[in-house]
Amino acid sequence: MSEAHAQSTEDIKKSIRVYMAVFGSLMVLTVLTVAVAYFHFLTGPMAIFVGLTIAVVKASLVALYFMHLIHEEKTIYRVLVLTFFFFAVCLFVPVITDLNAQAGHHVP
Amino acid sequence: MSTHGHAASADDVIPHTIAPHADTGLYNGKFGIWLFLASEVMLFGGLFSAYILLRVGAQAWPPILHGEEWKPATEILNVPLATLNTIILITSSVTVVLAWASLKMKEFSKAKMYIWLTIACALGFMVVKGFEYGAKFHHGYLPHTNNFFAIYFTITGLHGLHVLGGIVVFLYLVTTGAKMWETEPERFTNRIECTGLYWHFVDLVWIFLFPSLYLL
Repeated sequence: MSEAHAQSTEDIKKSIRVYMAVFGSLMVLTVLTVAVAYFHFLTGPMAIFVGLTIAVVKASLVALYFMHLIHEEKTIYRVLVLTFFFFAVCLFVPVITDLNAQAGHHVP
Repeated sequence: MSTHGHAASADDVIPHTIAPHADTGLYNGKFGIWLFLASEVMLFGGLFSAYILLRVGAQAWPPILHGEEWKPATEILNVPLATLNTIILITSSVTVVLAWASLKMKEFSKAKMYIWLTIACALGFMVVKGFEYGAKFHHGYLPHTNNFFAIYFTITGLHGLHVLGGIVVFLYLVTTGAKMWETEPERFTNRIECTGLYWHFVDLVWIFLFPSLYLL
């Protein structure tokens, strides 16, 4: 049972402490990602990899704790799995286009 | 729906505004907002896909501006202002979740204060964004300047519209919509939760936008 009805004031107060910890982590990660990019600690693909990894960690913290995904009903997980599959397909469209263009090169 | 033909009978109430639906395990509003967010993922996903396509297809990214030397995005866009906006948006995510937590603890006036703080953050974000856009227009950087500015204005513009939409909903919920707290406190709490879910999503999009457009 993950619906919020059963939550007591004590549970909520515990949750608030978690929210503040997440808030702190998000701030630290923001400073980190800016520092890495703005002061050119890393360049090229490594910078992109690190930048996006930090973004994924931050997004996960928001989704898991602020959006309560860490204790949510299965229905939502099912919806999200489907969504992220098509989201991934969407992101790979440029790659597919590129493969198509490369294949075109071999045509005499 | 009432089948008796008289207006507003007890049968007319929308079911599952509070109690979970047996099929989903969720109250209907929450299921609805998650389906909406799924469609939003695809909306922004399509634009991110366009961004990747434009970027990998470009000779240089950002493209070299006429009569200027190549500069990285960190020098074309205003990173300090965007960092400030990131902090503002993350803070507003915290205030909205605290508003919901306050309602759960029946602390209505505290919740209202947190919603007002959320609105203040959202307005702050828009003002900072306004300064950024203003500076770009001043330099003659417009959507038609090149692909970089085209995708920058499209994605941040759409994101800004989402922030505006959030402001409108929060303003309703903290003013006339707040009357529901007197009659149906649990339903009102759920409305704040659903609006919060939307708001966290807007924050989440920015978390990806910020490094993608400004930093990398």
